Amino acid sequence: MAVPILKQGPFLIASIQAALTDTDVIRLQDDVMVQVGRFRSRGIVVDVTALDVMDSFVSRSLRGIAHMTRLRGAETVIVGIQPEVAFAMVQLGMNFEDVHTALDLEEGLAFLQHQLKGESDPGGG
Amino acid sequence: MADDIRVAIRTDADVVTARQEARTMGASLGFTSTDLTLLATAISEVARNITTYAGMGQVALRVVRQGAREGIEVVASDDGPGIADVELAMRDGYTTGNGLGLGLPGTRRLVDDFELATEPGVGTTIRLVKWTRA
Repeated sequence: MAVPILKQGPFLIASIQAALTDTDVIRLQDDVMVQVGRFRSRGIVVDVTALDVMDSFVSRSLRGIAHMTRLRGAETVIVGIQPEVAFAMVQLGMNFEDVHTALDLEEGLAFLQHQLKGESDPGGG
Repeated sequence: MADDIRVAIRTDADVVTARQEARTMGASLGFTSTDLTLLATAISEVARNITTYAGMGQVALRVVRQGAREGIEVVASDDGPGIADVELAMRDGYTTGNGLGLGLPGTRRLVDDFELATEPGVGTTIRLVKWTRA
């Protein structure tokens, strides 16, 4: 099942609706990369609230999205990692340290807005 | 009492099916939500090893008992190429596929029992057990 990607101002929101197959994950990677270019997006929120498992493949792919979009000038925030899923990821040994995460969609958007504002401010103050 | 469940693993969708079956089975035994997630993640890893390295295989699930405790036994088997160096495969960070090498050593940390039997050219069988908490 394809993951819907919504455009909201300078940001994209990818809301994962159900368990992802590997094929879905790879498609999400491709779709996000295309849309970042098309909409000149500055940030992406990937909402994983609906995921009950984030195994090494899914984790690695989401991390890949974060790294690839950064190379295109857009920051990615992963939001909604469930407590049990976070526990399993740590046990599994997934390193997510170089990926931005936030509690939920609201926090994720706030983070991106803050990043964008930080860039446009002339500095000093 | 739940019956044995066998899930043929051929595509990435079968990986999702296998872990969902385990969740249903575990929930009926009263597994905590965290343990269900750990088990489902472990199954995802071993089932993906099948699709990645062997192409096809199966995941068998059954309820096991030891004294007063109950658990779920997962046997993931394939007739694939086998693992040439088990010690190396169980080392964190080692992979011959396109992964990070977290699969097998990570999976062992997610479950209570972990056994790996493999023979190059014959196949691989991984047996996992997750027990309910006393």
